[in-house]
Amino acid sequence: MRPEASRLWLAALAAVLCLGAAADPAERLADPAKEARAREIFRQVRCLVCQNESIDDSQAELAADLRKLVRDQIAAGRSDSEVRAYLVSRYGEFVLLKPAVSWGNAALWGAPVVVVAGGVALMLAQLRRRRPEPELTPEEDDRLSRLAEHDGA
Amino acid sequence: MTVEFGAFALILALCLSIAQAGLSGAGRLRRSSVLVGAGEGAALAAFAAVALAFFALMHAFIVSDFSVANVAGNSHTEKPMLYKVAGTWGSHEGSMLLWCLALTGFGAAVAGLGRDLPRGLKALAVMTQGLLGTVFLAYTVFASNPFVRVLSPPIEGRSLNPLLQDPALAVHPPFLYSGYVGLSVVFSFAVAALIEGRVDAAWARWVRPWALAAWSCLTIGIMLGSFWAYYELGWGGWWFWDPVENASFMPWLIATALLHSAVVTEKRGALSGWTVFLALAAFTFSMLGAFLVRSGVLTSVHAFAVDPTRGVLLLIILGATAGAGFALFAWRAPSLNPGGLFAPVSRESALVLNNILLAAATATVLLGTLYPLMREAATGEAISVGPPFFSLTFTPLMAALFILLPAGPLLSWKRADAQGVAQRLGLAVLIALGLGLAAFAFINPRQAFASAGLGLGAWLVIGVGVELAERSRVFRVPAAEAWRRLTGLPRGAWGMTLAHLGLGVFVLGACVETGWKIEAAETLPVGGHLAVGAYELSLDKVQGVDGPNYDAERATIHATRAGAAVCTPQPERRFYPAGGQTTSEVAICTLGASHLYVVLGERRETKGAPVWLVRAYWNPWALLIFLGPVIMALGGVLSLSDRRLRLGVGRRASPRIETAPGTAAVGALAASPEPGE
Repeated sequence: MRPEASRLWLAALAAVLCLGAAADPAERLADPAKEARAREIFRQVRCLVCQNESIDDSQAELAADLRKLVRDQIAAGRSDSEVRAYLVSRYGEFVLLKPAVSWGNAALWGAPVVVVAGGVALMLAQLRRRRPEPELTPEEDDRLSRLAEHDGA
Repeated sequence: MTVEFGAFALILALCLSIAQAGLSGAGRLRRSSVLVGAGEGAALAAFAAVALAFFALMHAFIVSDFSVANVAGNSHTEKPMLYKVAGTWGSHEGSMLLWCLALTGFGAAVAGLGRDLPRGLKALAVMTQGLLGTVFLAYTVFASNPFVRVLSPPIEGRSLNPLLQDPALAVHPPFLYSGYVGLSVVFSFAVAALIEGRVDAAWARWVRPWALAAWSCLTIGIMLGSFWAYYELGWGGWWFWDPVENASFMPWLIATALLHSAVVTEKRGALSGWTVFLALAAFTFSMLGAFLVRSGVLTSVHAFAVDPTRGVLLLIILGATAGAGFALFAWRAPSLNPGGLFAPVSRESALVLNNILLAAATATVLLGTLYPLMREAATGEAISVGPPFFSLTFTPLMAALFILLPAGPLLSWKRADAQGVAQRLGLAVLIALGLGLAAFAFINPRQAFASAGLGLGAWLVIGVGVELAERSRVFRVPAAEAWRRLTGLPRGAWGMTLAHLGLGVFVLGACVETGWKIEAAETLPVGGHLAVGAYELSLDKVQGVDGPNYDAERATIHATRAGAAVCTPQPERRFYPAGGQTTSEVAICTLGASHLYVVLGERRETKGAPVWLVRAYWNPWALLIFLGPVIMALGGVLSLSDRRLRLGVGRRASPRIETAPGTAAVGALAASPEPGE
């Protein structure tokens, strides 16, 4: 992290000092299982006005609103995917920290696989093209070990 | 007066860099040792000039000369001295000056220390370093001059962001920049080798110490930044996949790949094209980082307008420099010697796989960082790429790399005995699997991924043990003989072992901390209690504190475990009037390798009595996350101190050594300048 850049992204943080905001006892759901589900969703939802933070970390007002929204939805019995779909319908794909696996994001999700596959293919082609030297015949092997012995002496 | 002196020294440095590039280039062209020597002299002088400029700026910060715009914008009379000094590199302009200092410093180091390099290669490397210096110094002088005065100096400065007033962050940029810019030497060597048309084992041996030094600095720099985020931002996270972090991580990944591929080039003469490509790519990623971070293009998609001229200028520098390097590569690489052959199961293959996985990891981080920008430019749709994406893509790549790693050092060159290696690692596999399964079965709460990570970390650490056992042949030869073998290992080998051990330590810490951290938060009145894991915290008192440039509330909390006192954390909440910001000063109790992490939050009123939001985390093995990279960097430094690297035994290939091996070996050890050149 370079200082001047840190300044930029910290400018937002400093004003609304982030302290793992979601753990605030005043906001919590009574049911620990539902609260745990809510926290899991928080970590995947972007605080829209912050630099690159999930609403789990951010103390921005909007993040608190989003947390309340998610907790309300969960308390009302919605499933995790329903909650995420609801957030996307309201705020667009931007709100999800994990981009959707879609054609629009094919390059993003495919890149690691493509690079590994390409690299391995190149390596195999190289290995095939340049066959390693043939094995030594037993006589040659014998001669080599004799030479090595002689050299070592 | 010193300020004008600094501004003058900076312009002088620019002129000297131009001279350095011109003289060295002309010297190489005409094969004139006078011109080449003059180029080297210019390199040393350019460094001296930038150093003078740097100290002039530092002086302005120390005496709080607010007639300098940069000082007025980033300093304050009440700031502690350490942060006044650190303020020198705390701004865009100042950090650019630090960048130039490192750049000319490395140029001078090549000119002054590279005595045993072939003249032609050295002259071209000094020339390239001079060209880089010219470009970045020109940018600093004309677009980002730290010595600009203001017409009516303010009485007080605007101070440095209080979150940045921290010892770790004060020394973080110098390490990071030495790492970033250290890679420029590798870049220059690659350009020089491409122009000369010769990339061989000797070249790889000359490049490796520079790559090692840069990599070690980068490792420490990134670790310090991460450690700072961990204890300063106050929610116990240490890596956020923030674009700024990614910008520093990509050069590190590429430099790591380079260190490994350079070994193949050095020992076997193979992969020379790829090694040169990585050498060019490493500094390109450093420059990309500089661009991403300084242009503001990524901190927010809309922030490009914040400083469009500088952003565009940096983009032009990046495009021109990297473009020229890679164009040269495309032109000259096909003529490079393809090098030695190797079988599918061999040390070479393992190192190639290492490079494939590291390259894929770099591509993942690069796309994860830039894709939102590309997608928005292409379709206008905004998307976010955050930590969940990286856990799904980057982590599996690294897991694959870590699974392969312990086998690498056991494989022999050219053709390895797969069965033999599998046998030697059999016990290690069983122990690591057993530890992972035991963690899964017995640690509450049950965490599959963290358990797997723990097994993987153990696998890396045990793998290091197996490697040492193999090298020393312990259990197979008498103990004295094993000890002799162990102490006789070259430092380069120890360096590698240590770096791999550090990685294992880091993986253990990262997985255990991520998987089993415990969080608790409660609003407490004085005398209130909060339980976090096995620990009980009670708030004893909260008092006001006057700092040098802040006011604070300090809580005194005592932590107990099963009734026995453990430690007394004193977290603070600070208010800095200069900038109107509030920060939290976290209290961390280190218990073994684990951290009890306590944060004091805001004061609230309940029924007339004040209560404080207290947040506590139990971060098991968190210390290992930062200890691991330190061990890795130590490995780098140890390897750097290896005589074979320092003294460039690459001359073994020269005819003189072939004719008289005995005297040449002595000559190599004494590092005498080569008479034949």
